[in-house]
Amino acid sequence: MAKSLTQEFVKGLWDEVPPFRLVLGLCPVLAVTKSVENGIGMGVATTFVLVGSNVLVSALRKLIPAKVRIACYIVIIATFVTVVELLMQAFQYELYLKLGIFIPLIVVNCIVLGRAEAFASKNGPVRSLLDGLGIGLGFTCSLAALASVRELLGTGYLTIWKDWGLVYHIFGSAYKPFSFMIEAPGAFMALGLMLCLMNLVGKK
Amino acid sequence: MREMIKMVVVLTILSFFSGGVLAYIRNTYQGRIDNQVLEFVKGPAVRTIFEGAGNDPIADRFTIKDGEVERTFFVGVFDGEPRGVAFETSGKGYGGDVGLMVGIDVKDSKLMGVSVTTHGETPGMGAKAKSDPGFVAQYKGLALEQPIAVTLDGGSISAISGATITSRAVSSAATDADKIYQKLKTQIADNLKKFNK
Repeated sequence: MAKSLTQEFVKGLWDEVPPFRLVLGLCPVLAVTKSVENGIGMGVATTFVLVGSNVLVSALRKLIPAKVRIACYIVIIATFVTVVELLMQAFQYELYLKLGIFIPLIVVNCIVLGRAEAFASKNGPVRSLLDGLGIGLGFTCSLAALASVRELLGTGYLTIWKDWGLVYHIFGSAYKPFSFMIEAPGAFMALGLMLCLMNLVGKK
Repeated sequence: MREMIKMVVVLTILSFFSGGVLAYIRNTYQGRIDNQVLEFVKGPAVRTIFEGAGNDPIADRFTIKDGEVERTFFVGVFDGEPRGVAFETSGKGYGGDVGLMVGIDVKDSKLMGVSVTTHGETPGMGAKAKSDPGFVAQYKGLALEQPIAVTLDGGSISAISGATITSRAVSSAATDADKIYQKLKTQIADNLKKFNK
């Protein structure tokens, strides 16, 4: 069943949105979503890697021998991740300090390798580009959504992008922070509840 | 056999290109990355010491080779004159090395101020060396060429209560800075002339 180009793009935003529908790549999802800014930063970095590796893998798919394909994919992905890491150090050092080890760990994020193996190695570059962009955007939105729930309940603030002054104190100073939400167990709770909510909406 | 050769060739070419791209990006941005690292790691300490300086002390810096190690010196310009020089030393604390940025007033040869950069001290105890500005403020204006020590050791610094080891580490780091400064004095003075405006 051939999908149209728009469908390839849109599927990543809802039907196959990575953390909630594919339930893949949960390690960074749970770890970095303490503030919306971190979530968006991680999402953008992953999107860049995803688009880059998808296009390159699909362009080289006829040249890469089947037996060493995973090794080749990893080389390609690792290159893009290191590029992101260097650029982040050069332009967003503060964010780089916060995301720390999770930037190099994008190499082993199963979403990226999963898309390369399951999609890009079987489809053309244009389709792979749209697929990467869709899945990446979906991933970014999921991180931002999860992070906003956690940050809002955990601190009462919403930090969208500090450099641009987009920091909002939503609940005011009378709010007693429910700091459980920004701890690791809170991440599981928030993820579980959001999964449940998405399934309820999707059911009807 | 043909497949074997193809596998090796493809992987080699791929790695070759990836290495080239990474080396190129690294070379292009190395200067910027170094600046960012200094700005966020040493920047806050240097800026507190050189408060009210007329220049950007992170951008105005020079390095001097001191034996094996290369030391970075930050310059503070006051009233158009390069009066201050800051560099990092360290002392043995309770939880590893305590890094200390020491600012020296070259003209009056006294301490312009100190600030803790990195440490592994106990929160609420030794960590106060960094979080409590009152402690490091005691070092401001101390004359050089005399050992800097806590009152317990015959000096003038009142130690943080419950954290004598940390206080001693900061004091010994400041004393070390004095020694390094005396040793490299002429080279520092030569380099500072470049920043006269």
